[in-house]
Amino acid sequence: MTIVGSNETKRIHSHKFFLWAAIGSICMMFAAFTSAYIVKRNQSKWLDFDLPKVFWFSTLIIILSSITVHLALKKIKSNEINKYKSFIIVTAFLGLVFCAMQLFGFSELKDHGIQLFGSGSNPAASFLGVIVGFHVLHVLAGVIGILFISISSLNDKKNSINIVTIEMISTYWHFVDVLWIYLFIFFMWIR
Amino acid sequence: MSNEANLHSHDSHDTNHEHHHETFITKYVFSQDHKMIAKQFLITGMVWAVLGGLMSVLFRLQLGYPDSHFSWLEDILGKWWVKDGQITPEAYYALVTTHGTVLVFFVLTAGLSGTFANFLIPLQVGARDMASPFMNMLSYWFFFAASCIMLSSMFVETGPFSGGWTAYPPLSALGSASPGSKTGMDLWIIAMALFVVSSLLGGLNYIVTILNMRTKGMSMTRLPLTIWALFFTAVLGVLSFPVLLSGFILLIFDRNFGTSFYLSDIFVNGVGALPNEGGSAILFQHLFWFLGHPEVYIILLPAMGMVSEILSVNSRKPIFGYMAMIGSLFSIAILAFLVWAHHMFVTGLNPFLGSIFVLLTLLIAVPSAIKVFNWLTTLWRGNIRFTPGMMFAIGFVSLFISGGLTGIWLGNSALDIHLHDTYFVIAHFHIVMGVASMFGMFAGIYHWYPKMYGKHLNNTLGYIHFWITIAGAYLIFWPMHYEGLAGMPRRYYDYSNWESFKQFADLNRFISTVAMIVFATQLLFLFNFFYSIFKGRKVTSLNPWQSNTLEWTTPLRPGHGNWPGEIPEVYRWPYDYGKDGQDFIPQTTPVGEEESHH
Repeated sequence: MTIVGSNETKRIHSHKFFLWAAIGSICMMFAAFTSAYIVKRNQSKWLDFDLPKVFWFSTLIIILSSITVHLALKKIKSNEINKYKSFIIVTAFLGLVFCAMQLFGFSELKDHGIQLFGSGSNPAASFLGVIVGFHVLHVLAGVIGILFISISSLNDKKNSINIVTIEMISTYWHFVDVLWIYLFIFFMWIR
Repeated sequence: MSNEANLHSHDSHDTNHEHHHETFITKYVFSQDHKMIAKQFLITGMVWAVLGGLMSVLFRLQLGYPDSHFSWLEDILGKWWVKDGQITPEAYYALVTTHGTVLVFFVLTAGLSGTFANFLIPLQVGARDMASPFMNMLSYWFFFAASCIMLSSMFVETGPFSGGWTAYPPLSALGSASPGSKTGMDLWIIAMALFVVSSLLGGLNYIVTILNMRTKGMSMTRLPLTIWALFFTAVLGVLSFPVLLSGFILLIFDRNFGTSFYLSDIFVNGVGALPNEGGSAILFQHLFWFLGHPEVYIILLPAMGMVSEILSVNSRKPIFGYMAMIGSLFSIAILAFLVWAHHMFVTGLNPFLGSIFVLLTLLIAVPSAIKVFNWLTTLWRGNIRFTPGMMFAIGFVSLFISGGLTGIWLGNSALDIHLHDTYFVIAHFHIVMGVASMFGMFAGIYHWYPKMYGKHLNNTLGYIHFWITIAGAYLIFWPMHYEGLAGMPRRYYDYSNWESFKQFADLNRFISTVAMIVFATQLLFLFNFFYSIFKGRKVTSLNPWQSNTLEWTTPLRPGHGNWPGEIPEVYRWPYDYGKDGQDFIPQTTPVGEEESHH
């Protein structure tokens, strides 16, 4: 009979595991979008256009927000609650700025006469709209997560903050960051 | 070790806490107990099975008796569905579409793995509940909402969606394509999106619970095969349903926001050329079948797992080739993602690409054959107890062989040119996936009913149910192979319009008659199920099947938390039957010093 391994007692927190599995699932969704894009690109009437310049700045912003969420996690672990609070709020703010910049990028495309949706739109632009749009929704979900824990820690009289939840938010935040970098490189290379 | 102990004491504290505040609503409606959620999935699945079955009876009525008039049906269903005593063409297409959607997704996915993954995973791995009971509850209520919306689509003025369960564009993408493509399709797609969310929440929970919440001593190679099968099912679902969701999102944009992912400048009668350009309907097929093929195994694997367990318990023998069973489940799961284009051989797919998909498709025969061989060798010289559950499990093996063999025909791209979209395909997938998985579900219900309700089902009714259903399944679907070989296409409304298919009029009538008898027999099962909950023979033994697995170490009617004290520790694999002269050795029995190796 086999002897039970030591991994049995050092298991990852089940909620964190849940998040990792969910990340795998979200990856599949974007893999489907981007592979559909590749299939479609080789067909006729594909519109070629430059990505909005603002996407470069939004990339910087989301990388910056990944750093701030990492610092927030570091501060809560060393019990510096006030510094943690400022970093986590800055992270959420940067997330919102990122979303706004993406939408600004859409209007930049519109100014150049590239229509994302509606009658007469080209699949190349529609794909960009749908994929970037759904990424923005995932960033917004992260912002809502941060607001949720911030508000619930305000209500809590003991001012106790659950580190596991913050670790999960930080993991998720890094994930949407990496996801955006993947999408950005993808759209730059594959056209 | 100390962590483990802390975790347990914490859990049992939670359990007592929950018991304290249990009301009717928290116990039966918004329950977070995995066993109650399993029953909710089961009952909702059964409601859908009856509705979906009834739909098939209705369209079989049209196929078997195209010239007859059933004016009484008009009074029941109304003029949209039945006109001059005949099912209308619109209603016929709505019926086949909804039958397919409901049976594939709501009955054989939610009803099958929703029920048994919820019921068996915590009980068989030794956990108090799922990793996230709240998400688990949400999973059911998303499914319930999907069910309500799908049901409501039956009552809209233009009828439910009627473009086939695969929802290919342009019928699904273009509101003006058919009556069902309007509101019916909107409701269909909302219902399916909610269903996908439900499956994802459920699947994530199953994976985390299996990998993370096993009791002490329950290593992965001590898990019952049911759990292995449910694990691979969940992995398939979590990786393939998001792809379907992506496909649906693009479809929603095409329907409502004027994009051209799937629609191009095709000409539509009465509308003219569409303003769209550059879209491709084939793209949807790729996205759909990337889910669609794993979906076949999402339906089939739980049945395989339960059948493995039930065959072993009732043969009083260890399962033959435990590791080979896991290996074959694993390879089926991998191959499931690599064969989707065999549904698309006639879409103008590059023949070279086609030949690769033929090879990968035929490779599935290898793990499938390993499984069949192992089931048969488990039965071989066993001390077999023919309980109704065991009968259905053996029936599953029979159907899996019969239906699997025709898969080798269809997996061949050259033969598929002739057989594609004929009744041969209908016969193949109904036997190997539909009826076989239904048999797995019945086997599971008969086998675990004592644990679910503390009562036994009536055996005599069970045997009648089994024999009529298996004979009926073969009588319905076997002749369809011949119809398909003769070229009879699926989804046609009235075959009597074609000279070449008139020869099948009698056969079609025969199939329809058997279908009605089989459907009526399922009502017998329903009676048995609900009657036995209240009036069935009480279970008196904690372990009525003399089984080794952990679920039989709980009290007769386990409460929320499953075990009143500590969760038992596991010392061995679950298949020590007939070892060292002992009939069975439960997983909780420590290994003796003198004990032989299996």
